[in-house]
Amino acid sequence: MADGRKAIYHYGYRRSPDQDARKPVRHPVIVVGAGPVGLTAAIDLALRGVPVVLLDDADRIGEGSRGICYSKRTLEILDRLGVGSDLVRQGVTWKLGKVYLGDDLVYSFDLLPEDGHKMPAFINLQQYYLEKALVERAREIDAVDLRWNNRVSGLDRRSDGVTLTINTPDGPYRLDAAWLIAADGARSTVRGLLGLGFEGVTFEDKFLIADVKMAADFPTERRFWFDPPFHSGQSALMHRQPDNVWRIDLQLGPDVDVDVEQKPDRVVPRLKKMLGERPFELEWVSIYRFNCRRLARFVHGRVIFAGDSAHQVSPFGARGANSGVQDAENLAWKLAAVLSGDAGEALLESYNLERIQSADENIAHSTRSTDFIAPHSPAERALRNAVLNLARRCDFARRMVNSGRLSVATIYDSPLTTPDEDFFAGSAYLGAPVPDAPVRTRSGRDGFLVEQLTGTFELMHMMNRARSNPPPGIKMTVIGEDLHDYAGLVAKRLDATPGATYLLRPDQHLCARWRAFDPEKIAAAYARALTR
Amino acid sequence: MGDLVTTSNFPNPDAVYVTLIDARRGMSEADAAALDARLVLILANHIGDLEVLRQAIGLARKTGQTNWALGE
Repeated sequence: MADGRKAIYHYGYRRSPDQDARKPVRHPVIVVGAGPVGLTAAIDLALRGVPVVLLDDADRIGEGSRGICYSKRTLEILDRLGVGSDLVRQGVTWKLGKVYLGDDLVYSFDLLPEDGHKMPAFINLQQYYLEKALVERAREIDAVDLRWNNRVSGLDRRSDGVTLTINTPDGPYRLDAAWLIAADGARSTVRGLLGLGFEGVTFEDKFLIADVKMAADFPTERRFWFDPPFHSGQSALMHRQPDNVWRIDLQLGPDVDVDVEQKPDRVVPRLKKMLGERPFELEWVSIYRFNCRRLARFVHGRVIFAGDSAHQVSPFGARGANSGVQDAENLAWKLAAVLSGDAGEALLESYNLERIQSADENIAHSTRSTDFIAPHSPAERALRNAVLNLARRCDFARRMVNSGRLSVATIYDSPLTTPDEDFFAGSAYLGAPVPDAPVRTRSGRDGFLVEQLTGTFELMHMMNRARSNPPPGIKMTVIGEDLHDYAGLVAKRLDATPGATYLLRPDQHLCARWRAFDPEKIAAAYARALTR
Repeated sequence: MGDLVTTSNFPNPDAVYVTLIDARRGMSEADAAALDARLVLILANHIGDLEVLRQAIGLARKTGQTNWALGE
């Protein structure tokens, strides 16, 4: 976070006793980078009983909304970590997107057309509020040792871990870690120290991103324009955030001067064309070029990359921070299982596989969207414009109009999954997070299914007759006994018949299901999900 | 003799768009226009229905009348 941004929240450097040790103190896990990804990883690991040292090179949360859109799946993860509901209350909930050509609405979408989910399709919230909530949560947990102003400057790899050199206001010190999680962002120091490069594309077009404070009654929707009257020949995006702040993205084309275009005397007139004579204040302005690229591998021995340090996308689709938080949750339970001896190191290869699958999906969507918004050549622009021209009249062309396809959880094609023996309909997929649904607890409290899943392996069993016992290590929830499916939506979404049994991973992903309770099959699926 | 279909025939329209874009990636406008001409002939033959082709031409001509600022 040390990039010259103004501080929004300030935290103090404190000397750690580790800095006085004669030999580097060894920790099971060090996380580098206290952004949303590093904080999620640290909190999730700590809640699983793994003590974590979390290093950040700054001592503050910086200005700028940066990430603003947090998806349903990310909110479910944050809810399990204890901050999701507060963030939803603080954020702006939305689910509708609209796409305009000029002044005309040509396409709209609803990202969560059904009820019965605890979390909304999306909230918009300034990234600094998310980071602040996670920092406060981390400070409540003794097992997270958050060290500000600790900048990694050296890394020695060993077969059983790494030794870091860390610079502080009191000078350098060294630390050993059995495992290092590099969540240190797009310009990752750790990636640089390992000499790893990216594979992918960089887009030439520049985009002005501005957060504007104003009183306005624009709808709480994602609104995207191709060729709007206020920004002729380019695209524009508008999103509502809390505190009367609005995110505006304006495409500037490939040839603009980045330094010139960031100056208020250039930015303000552009925004006035869009916003009219309504008074507004500029909260934050930046100009970006976008990359869609990733590391070839996310796991490098004892060093594991998560979030922007591992993969980058353009912002159309809100796939950056959301995928990073999902990296962190995928990694946390696996690393905890390796450290506790429940699983061998081979389990971590599934992090590499699953999150590369997800990164590739995000990169493909984000690349397609950016290709559509910012064509590479006149020849490509001609085809794009043909789609836009036809979109006013033709359904087939409207469906090709691509202003960003928004983040949803990846359905993992994973070796941890036991293939179906029986057919299941419904909206639950093997390898995907279990769909949420309303339930009533034994004590009569109304709640939701996903919030009842506490982050261990869980067996969900649809009551039919006598209660059966699950294999050791697995918590069992009987629907109809422990939880009441009063709306019938658990049954509908999971296509659950009496006796149907579902095995969920600690990250709430469905990894096996059967029409009947069979202890041997459950034990085999559980072993498979841990790569045993 | 059929009627021109303008609802989407593809389950994944993004994949169709990207396939068409990939076909012209790196081409000049002239080369892409020549590619498009060959594609029109190939696809017209594949459709094999003069009435549908006439309707498609009519739609393409009509939608071309809107003048967008998009483009160079």
